[in-house]
Amino acid sequence: MGKWTRRAFITSGVAAGGVVVFGVAIRRGDRSDKVRELVAGENDSLFDVWLKIAPDNTVTAIIPHADMGQGVHTALAMMLADELDADWSRVRFEEAPAHKEFANYALARGYSTAGMDFPAWLVDSVDGLFFRATQMMGLQITGGSLSVRTTGEVAMRVTGAATRAVLLEAAAAEWQVPVAELSAAGSMIRHEASGRDATFAHFAPAAAELPMPDKPSLKTPDAFRIMGTSPPRFDVPPKVDGSANFGIDAVLPGMKHATVRAAPVFGGRVLSVDESSVQGMPGVRKVVNMGDAVAVIADGYWQARKALDKLAVEFSDGGNGAATQDGIFEQFAAAMDRSAGEGRVQDDFVSGDAATALDAAAQVVEAEYRVPFLAHATMEPMNCTAWVHDGRCELWLGTQNPLGFARQVAKAIDMEPSQVLLHNQYLGGGFGRRAFDDFAVQAARLAADVPYPVKLIWSREEDMRHDHYRQASISRFRGGLDASGKAVAWQNHYVNKHDPEEAPHIPYAIADQSIVYSKSETHVPWGFWRSVDHSLHAFFTESFIDELAVAAGRDPYEYRRELLAGSPRFLAVLDLAAEKAGWSDRPARNRGRGIAIHRSFGTIVAQVVDVEIADGKPRARRVVCAVDPGFAVHPDNLAAQLESGIAYGLTAALYGEISIRDGAVAQSNFHDYRMLRMDEAPDVETYIINGGGLTGGAGEPGTPPIAPAFTNAIFDATGIRIRELPVSKHELRLKDVEDVA
Amino acid sequence: MITLSINGQSRDLDVDPSTPLLWVIRDYAGLTGTKFGCGIAQCGTCTIHIDGRPVRSCVVPASAAAGRQITTIEGLGASKDTLHPVQQAWIDEQVPQCGYCHSGQIMAAAALLADTPSPTDADIDEAMSGVVCRCGTYPRIRKGIKRAAAAMAGARATETGDG
Repeated sequence: MGKWTRRAFITSGVAAGGVVVFGVAIRRGDRSDKVRELVAGENDSLFDVWLKIAPDNTVTAIIPHADMGQGVHTALAMMLADELDADWSRVRFEEAPAHKEFANYALARGYSTAGMDFPAWLVDSVDGLFFRATQMMGLQITGGSLSVRTTGEVAMRVTGAATRAVLLEAAAAEWQVPVAELSAAGSMIRHEASGRDATFAHFAPAAAELPMPDKPSLKTPDAFRIMGTSPPRFDVPPKVDGSANFGIDAVLPGMKHATVRAAPVFGGRVLSVDESSVQGMPGVRKVVNMGDAVAVIADGYWQARKALDKLAVEFSDGGNGAATQDGIFEQFAAAMDRSAGEGRVQDDFVSGDAATALDAAAQVVEAEYRVPFLAHATMEPMNCTAWVHDGRCELWLGTQNPLGFARQVAKAIDMEPSQVLLHNQYLGGGFGRRAFDDFAVQAARLAADVPYPVKLIWSREEDMRHDHYRQASISRFRGGLDASGKAVAWQNHYVNKHDPEEAPHIPYAIADQSIVYSKSETHVPWGFWRSVDHSLHAFFTESFIDELAVAAGRDPYEYRRELLAGSPRFLAVLDLAAEKAGWSDRPARNRGRGIAIHRSFGTIVAQVVDVEIADGKPRARRVVCAVDPGFAVHPDNLAAQLESGIAYGLTAALYGEISIRDGAVAQSNFHDYRMLRMDEAPDVETYIINGGGLTGGAGEPGTPPIAPAFTNAIFDATGIRIRELPVSKHELRLKDVEDVA
Repeated sequence: MITLSINGQSRDLDVDPSTPLLWVIRDYAGLTGTKFGCGIAQCGTCTIHIDGRPVRSCVVPASAAAGRQITTIEGLGASKDTLHPVQQAWIDEQVPQCGYCHSGQIMAAAALLADTPSPTDADIDEAMSGVVCRCGTYPRIRKGIKRAAAAMAGARATETGDG
């Protein structure tokens, strides 16, 4: 695979003089000039900044997103290749270097300021996507399930189509025939009447002299040849033989190893370090007081680790040493009570008059839910290799935000961002964690003061205790039913709002709604965590709608159906999940069945879970997942992402709990922050609806519905309503067993 | 200094023999396919074979492997350019996502199939529950093991003339 190598950086600059560079539609002129030396190899033609055609007719897509298992390189290359009419077997990819011209936001802005047309059906979303991208600091971020939705739809497809157009034009000129008589397929251009054909590469140099069309016409789905199929992913072969390079695998000549321990209480500082405590330990090079952390640099990792474990350090607690998990929930509850009492809640979504509707309701249902903090626990602990030399800082690591990292690293070691050269490697899991640069800044600071490269690896304990956590939260509901049991009022008050904005909103046709929140900050660092706020709100809202169904004496699926009658896409997804799960057949005696539906990142997902209760423990046996992503670019990969999102969410629902004790995280490793394992993993069946319109995300939407579908199934089996996660806190007994007893 | 046999090759390594095998393999033998996950034998990411048995290399001191055959993901195939049937099945079923745990998954699966050529679901649960996959590729791991088992059975049948 084509990772960005240092060599390519140097030699390509030299080669740039002989390389043909194509005009670029987005900000004609300046944009390609700035990046061509970074991406063009000798004799390569560079189209836009996203596409190269080599003399051997190989097409290379240049992709500005990191691979963390979500298959983005393959999916994006497919989008480009399809519009280009390329031969898929000769399509390659390279990951773009960290460069601001590849920034998601620059892309969106480039289109909107250059007066170009988006594909018409994208126009409505441009502002929203642009906003979302910039909100996430907007720069070459891999996150927010955005890769296919922005880079794919806007850059890859448009560039593929525009390049195809200039290739056809060049062929028409050479053969002296009308463009309309030419066809393109399999990276060849053919003139049917005369029987002539030639490769894309043949026409590439001439095509490079032509202006790229501003408004290439894009294919309609019926014309797709590559999109909608499931070719093998580029990244799989190196991941089965040990050859894939993750950040942790970087090896540089003369490299030393470091590990770090930060003040256990967030906000704490190093008070004292007794270097004599590790004096003479083998391989130890240096003990570094980093202010809020201490580090040991040694010849080998294990030497550094042993020395760090022995190092005598005193930390302060930053005034947070008394914080406890119960105290944090009490603080949330008090903040909610106070702001509600004083009428100072923040409006999130208000429609009609929920309070009056509740007063008039025949039945009022109330519930309060809680979710804990969660760590990401990527399998690859945080790590970064840094080498500061010759006036620059090179970094080898896995990051979801290369430009943001470069900026922060530069700031920390007093350099310009342009002096930071970042080599993004495979990410051993991201889930949002690798959007936070703390570990890279540490590595750069350590390397800045030594003449050799430093590989910093966090221990699992450090990784778990110094994450950026999915927030803990409380959410309170009051729901009103009319005499027939229909939901007529929805009142929701929760604590702390992050992203995405719409996460607490419901798809149900309930006229009178009031969704509000209070703020209550804690000292625990917040972070994006797969699906972000959706991960909590889907649990809250899809649990509560289930409670309303039960209060109304109705079937939870039928109850949702009625409230979704005006939302055909939701209804289709819900119906498909219920039908494939065999909703109307009762599950076996020791089982329960639950359903949930939620839209996130533009994709609607419904899940039906069959849970088995044995020895008081629930096991999800089967998950039927129906999804409408608009259009599935790579259906097998979409299914894989949903399987993954389900396992991630189910792990959290069953076991996930980071709790605060004496101001610090109480958990430390996989023995006390448990993961779903093979013997607990459900079978997952995925059914896809290509509902059309905007393309939705894939990486995150599988996660939000699984917790409520699972706990709704537990309720079905046991009659026990789980209102606080994780499920492992609760004792469960089958309903039947209880009845018999 | 310690002498270890890794992937059929004898290596003299200048390292404290009490160092966990994981770090010896990665940092001294230069084989980075074996990954660090937890350091306390809880996640199985570092799984390798010693004399064909799966072990968590993060808690085994290098000295314990002296005189024994160590196999890592790089040495699992019959030759350098041949994939083990489990590796091929992983490609065919598109098993990995981020891929970080899969050296460990594949080593655990290969050890299972060496002992139990036709594993049941319960066999798979037992052999594989020690290796955590945060991307949740478990359903595909299960399919991959069954596919590899079938391929290996087919190969054996051909060898013995039954096929």
